[in-house]
Amino acid sequence: MKVIVIGNGMVGQKFCEKLIAKKPEQLELTVFGEETLPAYDRVHLSEYFAGKTVQDLCMKPMGWYPENGINLHLGDPIVEIDRSNKTVTSFDGKQLAYDYLVLATGSAAFVPSISGVDKQGVFVYRTIEDLNLIWRHAKVARSAVVIGGGLLGLEAAKACLDLGIKDTHVIEFAPRLMPRQIDEGGSYILSQKLKALGITTHTTKNTAVILGNETITGLMFADGSILSTDMLVISAGIKPRDELAKKCGLHTGHRGGIIVNEHMQTNDPSVYAIGECAVYEGMVYGLVAPGYDMAEVVVNKLIGGTKTFTGFDMSTKLKLIGIDVASFGDPFIADEDARSIIYHDNHNSVYKRINVSNDGKTLLGGILVGDAEAYNQLQQICVNKLAIPPSPVDLIVKRGKDGGTGTSFELPDSALICSCEGVSKLTISEAVNAGNESFDAVKKCTGAGSGCGGCTPMVKDIIAATLKKQGKIIRNVVCEHFNYSRQELYDLVKLKNLHSFDEVLDTLGSGDGCEVCRPAVSSILASLWNDLIIKKENATSQDTNDRFLANIQKGGTYSVVPRVPGGEITPDKLIAIGQVAKKYNLYTKITGGQRIDLFGAHLNDLPLIWEELIAAGFESGHAYGKALRTVKSCVGSTWCRFGLHDSVSFAIEIENRYKGLRAPHKIKSAVSGCIRECAEAQSKDFGIIATEKGWNLFVCGNGGSKPQHALLLAADVDSATCIKYIDRFLMFYIKTADPLTRTATWLNKMEGGIDYLRNVVLHDSLGIAAELEAEMQLLVDHYECEWKKAVETPELRKRFTHFINAPETKDPTIAFETLREQKKAAGW
Amino acid sequence: MTENNWIYACNVADMPHNGGVCVQYGTEQIALYYFTHRDEWYATQNLCPHRQQMALSRGMLGSSLGEPKVACPFHKKTFSLTDGHCMNDEACAAIKIYPVKIQDGAVFIDVASIYSSLITSYEQEKM
Ligand code: SRM
Ligand SMILES: Cc1cc2nc3c(=O)[nH]c(=O)nc-3n(C[C@H](O)[C@H](O)[C@H](O)COP(=O)(O)OP(=O)(O)OC[C@H]3O[C@@H](n4cnc5c(N)ncnc54)[C@H](O)[C@@H]3O)c2cc1C
Ligand code: SF4
Ligand code: FES
Repeated sequence: MKVIVIGNGMVGQKFCEKLIAKKPEQLELTVFGEETLPAYDRVHLSEYFAGKTVQDLCMKPMGWYPENGINLHLGDPIVEIDRSNKTVTSFDGKQLAYDYLVLATGSAAFVPSISGVDKQGVFVYRTIEDLNLIWRHAKVARSAVVIGGGLLGLEAAKACLDLGIKDTHVIEFAPRLMPRQIDEGGSYILSQKLKALGITTHTTKNTAVILGNETITGLMFADGSILSTDMLVISAGIKPRDELAKKCGLHTGHRGGIIVNEHMQTNDPSVYAIGECAVYEGMVYGLVAPGYDMAEVVVNKLIGGTKTFTGFDMSTKLKLIGIDVASFGDPFIADEDARSIIYHDNHNSVYKRINVSNDGKTLLGGILVGDAEAYNQLQQICVNKLAIPPSPVDLIVKRGKDGGTGTSFELPDSALICSCEGVSKLTISEAVNAGNESFDAVKKCTGAGSGCGGCTPMVKDIIAATLKKQGKIIRNVVCEHFNYSRQELYDLVKLKNLHSFDEVLDTLGSGDGCEVCRPAVSSILASLWNDLIIKKENATSQDTNDRFLANIQKGGTYSVVPRVPGGEITPDKLIAIGQVAKKYNLYTKITGGQRIDLFGAHLNDLPLIWEELIAAGFESGHAYGKALRTVKSCVGSTWCRFGLHDSVSFAIEIENRYKGLRAPHKIKSAVSGCIRECAEAQSKDFGIIATEKGWNLFVCGNGGSKPQHALLLAADVDSATCIKYIDRFLMFYIKTADPLTRTATWLNKMEGGIDYLRNVVLHDSLGIAAELEAEMQLLVDHYECEWKKAVETPELRKRFTHFINAPETKDPTIAFETLREQKKAAGW
Repeated sequence: MTENNWIYACNVADMPHNGGVCVQYGTEQIALYYFTHRDEWYATQNLCPHRQQMALSRGMLGSSLGEPKVACPFHKKTFSLTDGHCMNDEACAAIKIYPVKIQDGAVFIDVASIYSSLITSYEQEKM
C-alpha cells in the first residue's frame, strides 16, 4: 500500500505516527513537507520566544522518520496532483505514484486586502520562519500592533510584549475581543486584564491603510484616526490551503477548504483531507485536537475499520500566562433557549457566565474570564451532560469558608479527558489498574497529558480516585529509592541517628539515589543536626545552590546575598558591598527581601568575595538554601509616628535566631510596627504585627504564584511567648511537611486546618511542645556561618574552582552583555 | 573508532564522592564523575544540550531503575551515564560519553573514542 502525505504539520505527523503504530502490511509511506523543519508543535509556537528551541518544539526528531521507514522530503512542496494516473509531482521534480493520498496542508494566515500589507515590518504569525522574522525586526521596534483580537492575535500581542516591546496594541474589527468565544461582559474584563499587562485594545476598528514608504510607520483606520507603529502582525484568521486540491478538481467549500465526508474522503475516494485544510459539514476546525481525530479516522479506514468523524467540541482556553479566558459548549445561547447566570466582578476583574437549560437540569455552555480554574470541570459537565446542583450558581461562585465550587461529581467512564490524544476516563483508570500508578507512567502508557497539558490535574485526580477504589492509601513516597514519606523518613533518620546521605540510603532505601531524594534527605539531615551542609560526604547530595552556597544563574555564574537582618544596614556596610561589587564586577540589585543581591560571580571568585564581605561583618544570607530567608521589617516606633513597638529590633532578633535554619522549603518572615502593615507580614510563612498589647502572630502566608494570606495563630502575645510559639510552629512544620512544600500548602493539606495547628502550638494537644522547643534550641545553638567555615577551611575552599586541572582558570564560555551601565547574563 | 588518547585528569584523592568535577582539555570541557556509591567512574561532555550550559559536572548523580544518571542543575534534565541519552525528555539531545580509567591513584579520560551513538542529526539552529 503506497500512501503519500502532503504536508508535515501537526496533523500530518500524527497521521504517520498513528498509521505506523498499526503496522499495516507492505506499507510504503512518503511525506512531502513544504517547510524545511520536521513537524513542530505549532500550538506552543509562542514559547519559542520564551526560550524553547526548535528542538524542543519538534514533535519527533529528524531521525524518527527513517527509523520508522518513512520517506520524508522536507523543503519540497507538492505542486501537482494527477488523479487519473494517481501520481504527485514535487517542486524539485520528484514524481511518485500513490494508492492513497492524504492532504494535510493545513492553513495559512488570512491576510485581508488592505493597501500596504507588503511593507517591511508587516508579519503574519504561523510558522517558525515567521517568528524568526518577527524576532529580528522586534529588536529595532518600539511599538507593535496586532490586527485581530481573537485567540491567536492575543497570543501574538503577548509575544510582542515578551520580546520587550512595551507599547503593544490589538485592533479588532468586531465590537468585542475574541468574538467567537466570549460576550461583551467577558470582553470588557479581558481588555482590563490586557491593559494591566501593557496591551491596549481597540474594538470596532477597521484598518483602511498601512502607512509608510518602504517600512511601516503606522495604520490609518476607516474612521480617519491614525496609530503610529513600527511593526504590525496580522492575525485576522486562517485560510485553508486548498490550492492544490482546487487545481486537480477536488471539491472545495465556497469559503475555502477541501470538502470531505465522515471518512475524511474527498470526492475522489482515494484522496483524503485532514486537519485545518479540510471542511466537514461546512466547518473548518482550527484546533489541533479535531485534526488528530480526523487522522485517526483515516488510519482506521485504511486498515479496514469503520470509525467516522462526527464533529468536535470546540471549547477553548486561552494560553496566556496570568490571563484566564475559557469558553465551552454554546457560550452565547440565551433568551428563549436558556437561562444565563452571570457573575461580573469589576473589582477583582472576574467574569463568569453559565447558560443553563430552562428546566435547570443541564449546563449548555459558558464563559470564564479572570478565573478559569473551573474550566475542566465545567467543560466535562457540559459535554457529558452531567447533573448539575439544584442551585447552578454554586458552579461558579465560591461560598462559605472552605468554599470550593465544591460540587463533587463523578464522570462517566466514557468522558473524554485528554482531547489532544483522545483518551477517555476509562482508559486512564484501566491503565492505573494495570499498574501504572504515577502520572508519568499513565502519560507514557496512554498518552494522556502529553499534548497541551491542560488535562493534567484531571488525570491526576482520576489516578488518585482509582487507587483509592483499589483500597490503596496514597502515600507520598519520596521517589523510587525510598518507600517512605518525608515525615516517615525524618522520624527514621532521627531514630537511627543517621548523618550522611549514603548512610540513609543504605539503611532505609535502595539503588543509588537521585535528584529528588538527595536534596530531600539533605534537608532532613540539616534540619535534624544542623551539620555543615558542605561536609564532604553530603556536599554532592545538595542542590547545586547549596553545594556552592550561592544561587546558580543563566550562564553558570552565581549570586551572592549577604544577610542584612531586618533590612537594617549601616553606611559602612553599604560601602563595603559597593566596593566588593566594583572589584569583582558584579551586577547589584535591591531585592524584594530588603537586602542586596550581587549577581554574576564566577565560581572561582566566590571565596574571595565572601572573605571580604565577612571581614566587613557580613554573614551568609542563605538565599541559596531551603532555609530562613529574610525577616523584613518596617521602621516601627523608633521613627514612625504610628509605630506601636520597635519592629526593627524584633525583626533583627528573630532573623538572628532562625538564620541558617533548614526546612522542607524556604521560610520568610516580617514584622510590622502597626496594623498599617508596611512590612507585609501577612504574606509570610510567619508574620508579626504590633498591637496595643503586644504582638499578633500570623502563620502560613505565601507570595509566589498562588498568593495566600497568613492566618492569625495567636493574638496580643508578648515577645517571649511569640518566639516560643514560632519555635514550636517551625519545628512542627519541619518535621511533618512534604519536600518542597511551603507552609501555606502544608496548612492547606492539614486535616483540621488552622484550628488543629493552633491546638498543637498553643495548647500542646499532641504533648510535644517541650520536645519541639528543645529541638529548635539545639539547632539555634548549632548555627555557624557556612561561608565563614568555607572560606577558612582550605579543603572546602579548594572546591570553588571550575576546572579541577586548571584551578586558576575561570569558565571561558561565560559571556555577559551590558544593560544600563551594568552587566547582565547573555541570553540563552 | 580511532586510536585511544588517554589524558591525565586529576588524582582520585582530589575527587568529591558521588559527584563530578570539570576537566579542561584544550578548548573542550569534560565532566568527570566519581560515583562512589556504585564504585564507578564516568565522563561526559560538560555542556548540557538543553540550554547550552557548562553545568553537568555540577549535577547530581543518581540512578533510575538501576541505570546511572546525572541531573543538570539548571532544569533537572537527566542523562544516562552509560549511553548519554536524555532520560526524562525524549526531545532533548544526547550527550557524549568518554571512557575513564584509573592507574596508580590517577584518573585518565580517553578523549579519542567518544561514544555518541545517540546524538541526533538535527542540530538546533535558532539565531
Ligand atoms: C532576588 C529576588 C528577586 C529580586 O530581585 O528582588 C528573588 C530571586 C529568586 N527567587 Fe524569589 N526572589 C526574591 C524575592 C521573592 C519574594 C518576595 C519576598 O520574599 O518578599 C517572593 C514571594 C514571597 C514568598 O516567597 O512567599 C519570591 C518567590 C519565589 C518563588 C515562589 C515561592 C512559592 O512559594 O511559590 C520561587 C520559586 C521557589 O522557591 O521554588 C523563587 C525563586 C527565586 C530564585 C531563587 C529562582 C532560582 O531558583 O534561581 C531567584 C534567584 C535569583 C538569584 O540568582 O539570586 N522566588 N521571591 C528576591 C530575593 C529576596 C531576598 O533578599 O532573599
Ligand atoms: C500561534 C498559534 C497558536 C495556536 N494555538 C492553538 C491552541 O492553543 N490550541 C489548538 O488546538 N490549536 C492551536 N493552534 C492551531 C493549530 O496549530 C493547528 O490547528 C494545527 O497546527 C493544524 O495542523 P495541520 O497539520 O492541519 O496544519 P499545519 O500545522 O499548518 O501543517 C500543514 C503543513 O503543510 C505544509 N504544506 C502546505 N502545502 C503544502 C504542499 N503543497 N506540499 C507540502 N507541504 C505543504 C505547510 O507548510 C505546513 O507545514 C495554534 C496555531 C498557531 C499558529
Ligand atoms: S519572579 Fe523570582 S524567580 Fe521569577 S524571574 Fe523574577 S527573580 Fe526569577
Ligand atoms: S540547561 Fe541543563 S537542563 Fe536546562
